[in-house]
Amino acid sequence: MKNIFKITYSIIFLLAVNPQVNAVEKVEFLKTNWSFKGLFGKFDRGSLQRGYQVYTEVCSSCHSMKYLSYRNLFEPGGPEFSEDQAKAIAANFEVTDGPNNDGEMFTRPAKLSDKFIMPYENVKAAQAANGGAYPPDMSVLAKARSGGVDYIYSLLLGYEDAPTGVTLDDGVYYNKYMYGNNIKMSEPLSDNLVEYSDGTIASKEQMAKDVTTFLMWTAEPHLEARHKMGFKAILYLIILTILVYFSMKKIWSRIESEV
Amino acid sequence: MSDHEYVPKSKFGKWFNDRLPLLTLASHLTDYPTPKNLNYWWTFGGILSFCLITQIVTGLTLAMHYIAHADLAFESVEHIMRDVNYGWLIRYIHANGASMFFLAVYIHIFRSLFYGSYKSPREIIWIIGIIIYLLMMASAFMGYVLPWGQMSFWGATVITNLFSAIPFVGEGIVNWLWGGYSVDNPTLTRFFTLHYLLPFLILGLVVLHIWALHVPGNNNPVGIDIKKPSKDTVPFHPYIVIKDGFALLMFMIVFAFFVFYSPNILGHADNYIEANPMVTPAHIVPEWYLLPFYAILRSVPDKLMGVVAMLSAILILAALPWLDTSRIRSAVFRPLYKQFYWILLADVLILGYVGAMPAEGLYLLIARVATAYYFIHFLVILPVLGFKEKTIPLPLSITEPVLGGTPIASAVKKKENLT
Repeated sequence: MKNIFKITYSIIFLLAVNPQVNAVEKVEFLKTNWSFKGLFGKFDRGSLQRGYQVYTEVCSSCHSMKYLSYRNLFEPGGPEFSEDQAKAIAANFEVTDGPNNDGEMFTRPAKLSDKFIMPYENVKAAQAANGGAYPPDMSVLAKARSGGVDYIYSLLLGYEDAPTGVTLDDGVYYNKYMYGNNIKMSEPLSDNLVEYSDGTIASKEQMAKDVTTFLMWTAEPHLEARHKMGFKAILYLIILTILVYFSMKKIWSRIESEV
Repeated sequence: MSDHEYVPKSKFGKWFNDRLPLLTLASHLTDYPTPKNLNYWWTFGGILSFCLITQIVTGLTLAMHYIAHADLAFESVEHIMRDVNYGWLIRYIHANGASMFFLAVYIHIFRSLFYGSYKSPREIIWIIGIIIYLLMMASAFMGYVLPWGQMSFWGATVITNLFSAIPFVGEGIVNWLWGGYSVDNPTLTRFFTLHYLLPFLILGLVVLHIWALHVPGNNNPVGIDIKKPSKDTVPFHPYIVIKDGFALLMFMIVFAFFVFYSPNILGHADNYIEANPMVTPAHIVPEWYLLPFYAILRSVPDKLMGVVAMLSAILILAALPWLDTSRIRSAVFRPLYKQFYWILLADVLILGYVGAMPAEGLYLLIARVATAYYFIHFLVILPVLGFKEKTIPLPLSITEPVLGGTPIASAVKKKENLT
């Protein structure tokens, strides 16, 4: 048994000394309670739905979400709008389809199977409209930044006046949490920028939290299924390990009694 | 192969076995006499077989959905993560499986270093193992390129550029590897092909590794030759099978924890940004398991010499059976070697740490000292130690641990329990 502990400790030790490869410079991010963290972490549906609202009304004018489809909005584990709601959301957008039998392209309202409509035709168009900076696609953004959701949440709330001595170019803003502190996105959120239909007060912090939760889901749409299965899998493994441990003791007792 | 003649009971079995002795092989594998005192460090061989099979099975499944094309690879990985049934599970097992594979192989290698398993008559097993390890690093590196994220692209650029250090033909070789003038679609498709091929080569070498093992039989914590079969051995089945199974389950719990609760912690966030040849990431770092060698590479100021140092750091292991001049296998009976063993382990961990840090200032200095020590350990300390060290007397067998002298007897017994 002593050896087992030794092995376990060594593994933990090895992983602990394995340096934080992602660590750039240490900035303390703002902390908030994420419902999706931990062994049983789940998304807060209300927060996801509000987050979607913030995304469509604020972010989506510049940021694309190219890996998501409208059908994802009603699938389990996500914001879980009803299918009709998701259909209605999709119908608000126009997509170009075709060519039809006459060889013409045509537009039609989006369907559940369509991907989220992109705000710009291409990367160049996006850059041209945003002073040369490309607003990154948001589908996997929460996994594509070290610090993840804490970083995004902090960034959204991290706008400040530049400290004295720091001069900013036109169209550049100062953000405490941005790498290098210069960001080309103007402060996107302000109190009561959106009106939540569920009566939640749309404070800056609330909106930042909701939209970040939404981004975690878009980056990891199967997070809930993963946590659920993980708990069952590990519980199963632990029980099996215990059973095998006693079988092993029993089998080895034949030898050990001989010695 | 087997120590005893196996005769199948059924008539058909006998008929078949005379033509293809599969049943003899099965009987050899189950009866294979194994030292009874193997500790849990010996279970990592079985764990590694599990890792290899897991990587092959999940990898085959991923390959059914993955598209090896510079414009589509990243998207196809997202397709796997989102729309393929349990695609997220298969991909996370595969990605974390690589890390678990290396964790296990490092424990396996350091077990061998502690108990002197590389020494005569097991040199061939050891050298095959080093080749497997080299192929593992190549497969892992190429696998990391396939998602075509920023680290994939820039990691591939940095590593393939190492070949440009070769005098005269370096540039040509790099262009040949790339299939063009930069890392691009031809590079991706050939890396995919090779990433698909290498695991099967590894599988073949694993068979040879085990075959070579079954000739002299396992080393053991006491490190002495034992009679087989005897009171010192147990048949592989059920004794070792159940013990390996138990250790494997413990390992799987750790594995599952990574897959289900922190699947991205061992990766780099930048690899979720699609490859962009126009934007270089601030720090280009390889996966954690390659960091010690990356540190050695960067600690040498000259590019060519850096590459030579890095390759030598791995290849020097193949010469280990001859560099270590001591005839005593187990570190249990080598008080001085034991100290140097732990220093080497610390040295490698330090190299791994500085490998993740920017190569400047204090980090660079530490990396240089640690690199120098790494080579000194193998080239100076080990050869000298074999002649100078005063070792503890070996017991005659595992069951009758010591000959005569009582004080040493208790010391040996205690040390055996500790290891």
